[in-house]
Amino acid sequence: MSTQLKEWPLWEIFVRSKQGLEHKHCGSLHAADAAQALEMARDVYTRRQEGVSIWVVESKAITASNPDEKGELFDPAADKIYRHPTFYEIPDEVGHM
Amino acid sequence: MSAAIDYLLHLADNALVLGQRNAEWCGHGPILEEDIALSNVSLDLIGQARLLYQLVAALKGGDCTEDKLAYFRDTHEFRNYTLLELPHHGPLSGYAQSSLDYGTTIVRNFLYSALMALLWEALEKSANADLAAIAAKSLKEVRYHLRHSRDWLVRLGDGTDESHARAQASLDHLFAYTQEFWAHSPADAAAIAAGIGVDVTTLRADWDAIVDAALNEATLQRPAVSGYVTEGKQGIHSEHLGFLLAEMQSLARAHPNGVW
Repeated sequence: MSTQLKEWPLWEIFVRSKQGLEHKHCGSLHAADAAQALEMARDVYTRRQEGVSIWVVESKAITASNPDEKGELFDPAADKIYRHPTFYEIPDEVGHM
Repeated sequence: MSAAIDYLLHLADNALVLGQRNAEWCGHGPILEEDIALSNVSLDLIGQARLLYQLVAALKGGDCTEDKLAYFRDTHEFRNYTLLELPHHGPLSGYAQSSLDYGTTIVRNFLYSALMALLWEALEKSANADLAAIAAKSLKEVRYHLRHSRDWLVRLGDGTDESHARAQASLDHLFAYTQEFWAHSPADAAAIAAGIGVDVTTLRADWDAIVDAALNEATLQRPAVSGYVTEGKQGIHSEHLGFLLAEMQSLARAHPNGVW
């Protein structure tokens, strides 16, 4: 722990709410390491009872798609409405899906 | 009854005075996240103080209220440990208002939280059911305070040369004040006899273990302490409490019965 960092790395924070089934991205913060990022995320992002579980991921570990390639990546899906499973009737026993 | 009141005031004043001290960091934290963390700790403590003052007000009856207890008592009527009223100025950072020392804040929060994590747990079995309920709520809060301050204690102690030196200096400065934890006041003795309070000396070995493990991890030396044992919980305070109360109480005293 003796190496001096001029700037702490950036961490992305994901919080799962009490009703939520998945962790949702809610913001980012600077912290020295993962454990500290978790502590800080607790204070910054869950003080109004927003969550019951927190994930932290160092921002640099995330590979993001290029906004300039938005057209070729996402636009072709726009007219494929048949890919939505809206033509099925879901039995009640299945519950949330 | 009186045994309960004195004991509850001691617990309440501890929480309020340390809550007020931690609140001094609001807007001045070393980083944004710590600013929020310290404010959270402060609000937890002030919340504990409110519950305890409400309980005291109910026991005293008459026109006593939580606000009267917090804002209209003077220095000699406060029953907090002297440790908790000391300013954040570490021994290495002088006494200028601008030189709040985070190491001092962290060391103090750690020493006190380590005690309260044990004391609130023991007080869950208090003969006073209201106090037992407050203890159960406060225990969760203080466990986080302990986690937060311990984490920073290790980071500062096992950090850079400067952070280590400052953390050690804060520890050397503050540790003697923890002697007051273990000295029974007449109010403590009465509360223990009534089954309301806890004999803190039975928690000492556990406190030592928590402190020693953290200091070891933080590569800090536990100071040997002896000599004068402070008596804040008997109303005999340092010069610092008067200034703290003057600031904290000024608004309520300037506008008695003010509502906002």
